[in-house]
Amino acid sequence: MAGKTLYDKVWDAHLVDEQEDGTVLLYIDRHLVHEVTSPQAFEGLTMAGRKPWRTGSMLAVADHNVPTTSRSEGIDDPVSRLQVETLDANCEAFGVTEFAMNDHRQGIVHVIGPEQGATLPGMTVVCGDSHTSTHGAFGALAFGIGTSEVEHVMATQTLLQKKSKSMLVSVDGQVGPGVTAKDIVLAIIGEIGTAGGTGYTIEFGGDAIQALSMEGRMTVCNMSIEAGARAGMVAVDDTTIEYIKGRPFAPSEAQWEDAVAAWKQLRSDDDAQFDKVVRLDATTIEPQVSWGTSPEMVTHVGGVVPNPDAIADEAKADGVRRALEYMDLKPDTPMTEITLDRVFIGSCTNSRIEDLRAAAAVINDRQVAANVKQAMVVPGSGLVKRQAEEEGLDKIFEAAGFEWREPGCSMCLAMNADRLEPGERCASTSNRNFEGRQGAGGRTHLVSPAMAAAAAIAGHFVDVRSFAQ
Amino acid sequence: MKAFTRLNALAAPLHRNNVDTDAIIPKQFLKSIKRSGFGVNLFDAWRYLDEGFPGQDPDSRQPNPEFVLNEARYKGAQVLIAGDNFGCGSSREHAVWALDDYGFRSVIAPSFADIFHNNSFKSGLLPIVLPAEVCANLAEACENTEGYTLDIDLEAQTVTTPDGEVHSFEVDQFRKDCLLHGLDDIGLTLQKRNRIEDYEAKRQSSAPWLFNTQAES
Ligand code: SF4
Repeated sequence: MAGKTLYDKVWDAHLVDEQEDGTVLLYIDRHLVHEVTSPQAFEGLTMAGRKPWRTGSMLAVADHNVPTTSRSEGIDDPVSRLQVETLDANCEAFGVTEFAMNDHRQGIVHVIGPEQGATLPGMTVVCGDSHTSTHGAFGALAFGIGTSEVEHVMATQTLLQKKSKSMLVSVDGQVGPGVTAKDIVLAIIGEIGTAGGTGYTIEFGGDAIQALSMEGRMTVCNMSIEAGARAGMVAVDDTTIEYIKGRPFAPSEAQWEDAVAAWKQLRSDDDAQFDKVVRLDATTIEPQVSWGTSPEMVTHVGGVVPNPDAIADEAKADGVRRALEYMDLKPDTPMTEITLDRVFIGSCTNSRIEDLRAAAAVINDRQVAANVKQAMVVPGSGLVKRQAEEEGLDKIFEAAGFEWREPGCSMCLAMNADRLEPGERCASTSNRNFEGRQGAGGRTHLVSPAMAAAAAIAGHFVDVRSFAQ
Repeated sequence: MKAFTRLNALAAPLHRNNVDTDAIIPKQFLKSIKRSGFGVNLFDAWRYLDEGFPGQDPDSRQPNPEFVLNEARYKGAQVLIAGDNFGCGSSREHAVWALDDYGFRSVIAPSFADIFHNNSFKSGLLPIVLPAEVCANLAEACENTEGYTLDIDLEAQTVTTPDGEVHSFEVDQFRKDCLLHGLDDIGLTLQKRNRIEDYEAKRQSSAPWLFNTQAES
């Protein structure tokens, strides 16, 4: 019999029940909650007269609607305010732990889970949010669910699921200097496409993934959903275990040895069979920039905007044409000639301490270019912000002309006041370049934090490798 | 949940691949804490020329005459014939609620994003996967024939065209049963309460750290 994949192991460990057609009842260890996708679930519980099964599994935070400017005055927009207040009231009523807006631990749900040690290896982690895939970096099975499923997990601590197929994406060899986790994952999506992972759980492996920090692995797993996969996972190793030690929800000293022994099993067996294997050569990956309205529409910084007339497949050419029209880009334009109106460094993809360090390192006493109206840095959590301030990163950003903000989702999706105006073009470290994602009519180019910082200073995209000095 | 058994209804084509949930229902409308009322903002950025925000009077909006659902002939459509990877992007169930609230009961596409596909069943919207050529043919026939209706029979798992062409589709047995009878998942799962409790007790003794709540702030 073939060995088990990491996915098989975590899946099998959570089976409560299995029906004839393969539908299983999967036990859920951790349920993260935010304000946008939970109100209707709490309401559903109340209407049915049900209680949460295990509130201790839940951790809630408001992140999508919160302002990133000073919060002493609360939230201006009454609709946003109501949604955040509804979360507060629900958490209060049901006894759910919540990091409220003014708690110093508040932040983006996918940043605070790992930061608190609330995400642990071997767990099943869900949240009413597609970027829950982030937590797979810990060898957890983590995926986004809809609001009805949120209610189901609240009421039963389980989910009805069918097993996905398994895919190994192996990134072999090491990336060159200036090439980051974000570039790796954009290159993967460019390769397999936005639907390439549909129906699969992806395990990311290979030397280049193993060499990444936990922050980097989270960046990669975060964007699994952009490749269509609900979940992405990375095997547990010493890097994982080191990261968890001492965090508030982590195993106690008495539990630690047992936990570590269990976690060390969380890797695919050598003879495990995957339904699909994709290999990328890390040494050929260069800094990436997206040019279109889907994350698969991406190229390297030395590349050009594609020419739809040169694409044989008519449907594909049409898609490219529509994207270029929306993005207001001409075919064959070098990526480095694209100028920018705004720069956004933040989101659950790239707002951790390492991301902010990488961005700050590029600045080198230079200033944000005159054509860039706004360059903002939004830390992923209050704790990231505090750490960055202890390291003096805030001063480096501010001296260069960046705005230093309070934590939250911010301009990743523009549900709060931070957004692009119609027609504006933004270099963004977030994960989605869909039409209107950062504001109606706004144009998003996805890049790494270092590439975003370099673009802010140059006023257009530049290859960070030649720009850093 | 709303049951789905059989439907004979007007279809409308949407010729785009990778229609994401931000396009189906833009984020500004997700601020609502209700489950209903999303239909007027379905495909908001494509459907209207002016920018949409919550609480607008829909009659004051400027419809985009180019957008397919604004054509009079598709008024009242309940079946959407869509492209590949429909519903990709965010997990927002609001996308399903918006389609449902607008009046759609089924979406036919060559493929769906996983989370959207799951969410659909929970709100009684039937996602049907048919081969890409079949979807393309249906969309074309739909455009060429005013008043084009499709007959969808969930029990038989078939889509029948006005010409009598029958296309079979796959659906999980469990989901099919839930949809046919409008069953409440949560109620069904809670019938297995004992099994969940047994599992939980075992897990708590073998991996107690999974049950830690945070110590101090
Ligand atoms: S930062 Fe962006 S992608 Fe991440 S949870 Fe917030 S809105 Fe979603």
